[in-house]
Amino acid sequence: MMTEPTDPDDNPALDMASDNAATSRRGFLREGGALIGGAVLAGGLKGEAAAAGADNLPPNIPEWMKAPGDPMGGQPYGTPSPFENGVVKNISKNLKQYISASGRSPLGDLDGIITPNGLFYERHHGGVPTIDPEQHRLMLHGLVERPLVFTMEDIRRFPQQSRIHFIECSGNPAYTKPYGKTASDVAGLLSCAEWSGVSLKLVLQEAGLQPEAKWIVAEGADAAALTRSIPVEKCLDDAMLVYSQNGERLRPQQGYPLRLLLPGFEGNMNVKWLRRLKAVTEPAYSREETSKYTDLMPDGTAREFTFYMEAKSIITRPSGGQKLKQPGFHEISGIAWSGHGKIKRVDVSVDDGNSWQPARLQEPVLTRALTRFRLPWQWDGQPAVIQSRAIDETDYVQPTFAELLAARGENSFYHNNAVQPWRIDAQGQVTNANA
Amino acid sequence: MIAVVSGLPVHAQAETQLKENGRYGIGRTATPAEIAGWNIDIDRNGGNLPPGRGSVAHGREVFDQQCAACHGAKGEGGVGDQLVGGQGTIATPKPVRTVGSYWPYAPTLFDYIRRAMPQNAPQSLGNDDVYAVSAYILHLNGLIPADATLDAGALSAIKMPNRNMFVGDPRPDVKNPACVTDCAGKK
Repeated sequence: MMTEPTDPDDNPALDMASDNAATSRRGFLREGGALIGGAVLAGGLKGEAAAAGADNLPPNIPEWMKAPGDPMGGQPYGTPSPFENGVVKNISKNLKQYISASGRSPLGDLDGIITPNGLFYERHHGGVPTIDPEQHRLMLHGLVERPLVFTMEDIRRFPQQSRIHFIECSGNPAYTKPYGKTASDVAGLLSCAEWSGVSLKLVLQEAGLQPEAKWIVAEGADAAALTRSIPVEKCLDDAMLVYSQNGERLRPQQGYPLRLLLPGFEGNMNVKWLRRLKAVTEPAYSREETSKYTDLMPDGTAREFTFYMEAKSIITRPSGGQKLKQPGFHEISGIAWSGHGKIKRVDVSVDDGNSWQPARLQEPVLTRALTRFRLPWQWDGQPAVIQSRAIDETDYVQPTFAELLAARGENSFYHNNAVQPWRIDAQGQVTNANA
Repeated sequence: MIAVVSGLPVHAQAETQLKENGRYGIGRTATPAEIAGWNIDIDRNGGNLPPGRGSVAHGREVFDQQCAACHGAKGEGGVGDQLVGGQGTIATPKPVRTVGSYWPYAPTLFDYIRRAMPQNAPQSLGNDDVYAVSAYILHLNGLIPADATLDAGALSAIKMPNRNMFVGDPRPDVKNPACVTDCAGKK
């Protein structure tokens, strides 16, 4: 019997038992060198690979130079090196069910700001449908001059735009223990891509919104027929109907063939497998925006329509589950983002929060997108606690976990954007300093 | 270099000329029958609820067959969410959020069950069955009597206990002073 006030599908507490061993191990091994990493990842080939490894090192000629490699055409759709097969989505093995469930991006193993399509986080409420785009339709009706039906071919005829934005699940993570071990455990319901599609405003203009239309109800063509209500102001601002992600058509897990994109709004509202938009005077008050995705406060009130994802950051390297193999130079690197616009500054502390210094922001710094930050660091081999805090262009400062708990208690579940501290022990092992 | 005529870049002029009455002319008109088939949203006041009716007694039969395996025989939860109980816990450190304790609007129950439940066969229940199973869940929560029958009017008239506990978004609600030096003593 569930006694916790949480959505079990969103609840990282249930996920933590998975330990995400594969990606943690890779992070550890990355510090130790690719050859050893490859050997261990290959499992049973350890002895053979280790022996071959010596033969492949200078001054010897590596075996892969002595014969031609794989011919063209063996892999019509490219996949990562077999030595990278530990870099996969972080999916708990202990969920109660997998139809309404989530899987996290392996943040600690990723560089830059773009999430590869195969590693983009997933959250679905009725499984992943297999939709034939020829048989998919988008219906636009309600308070419009002309109710319309679009084929996918129709949608692609509109002028196209491409923009880079993050999407983050609002339950990323909960406020309750256990707090997670890796960056993926803590913040992996977050990814960022270049999205291509059409401005929603253009499509709405095609139907002609009536003046009393204040909300648009969006519905997915999945087995949950997931429904969320979006203020019309957002729909006429930067909302998009998206059919491509990082240059290729959307993956089924991301809403193929069509999804809504609401930059900076909580992930659940970016309705996937989009089949219907209805213009109305007030929200639908659907199950997903009343019984779920509302933020419960200690006094029993619950915040509804909490759309924006506030500024947040996390150090991904070094991060939980990784290990610094030796003192000396280590670049601290992480990601920052804000639903309210561009990241203005990221401060990093390497002394348990006693002092903070600005990190360098990697260009490009884009609105409502991940921004990569970096800080060169000399680790002296002593225990340390490192953490980052983001400041966005509205001058909002990412709060500490203590500040959030003081304002919201620990049952609000959604919109936890707390500073994430990592503890490094004298052996270089990195763990969650909150745990 | 972008050529400019009449203050507009050429590509913007072309776009304006291509559109008739501000429209691209893409898509076709949706027929009333098409809209009726897909427009399944029920608003919080019960708007768009279909004809039909269902009793608590029949709802128990439907629930036992379609729902109990995941939600428990009495809605106590299992693989699926707990549906029953929790009233009086929402403002405590251990809140139990259920239909009875947390959901603000009863018509949402019909909307959600029809569109998404049972999870293995959504949109398979007839409207009478959806009314009935809604009635049974509301009865298990002590909100309607055992001999009740629900239709559009009766379902819309139910006042949920937690209805007035929802508020708007007050964020930003937390202010980090962004201390830079000697912060340990200021915690």
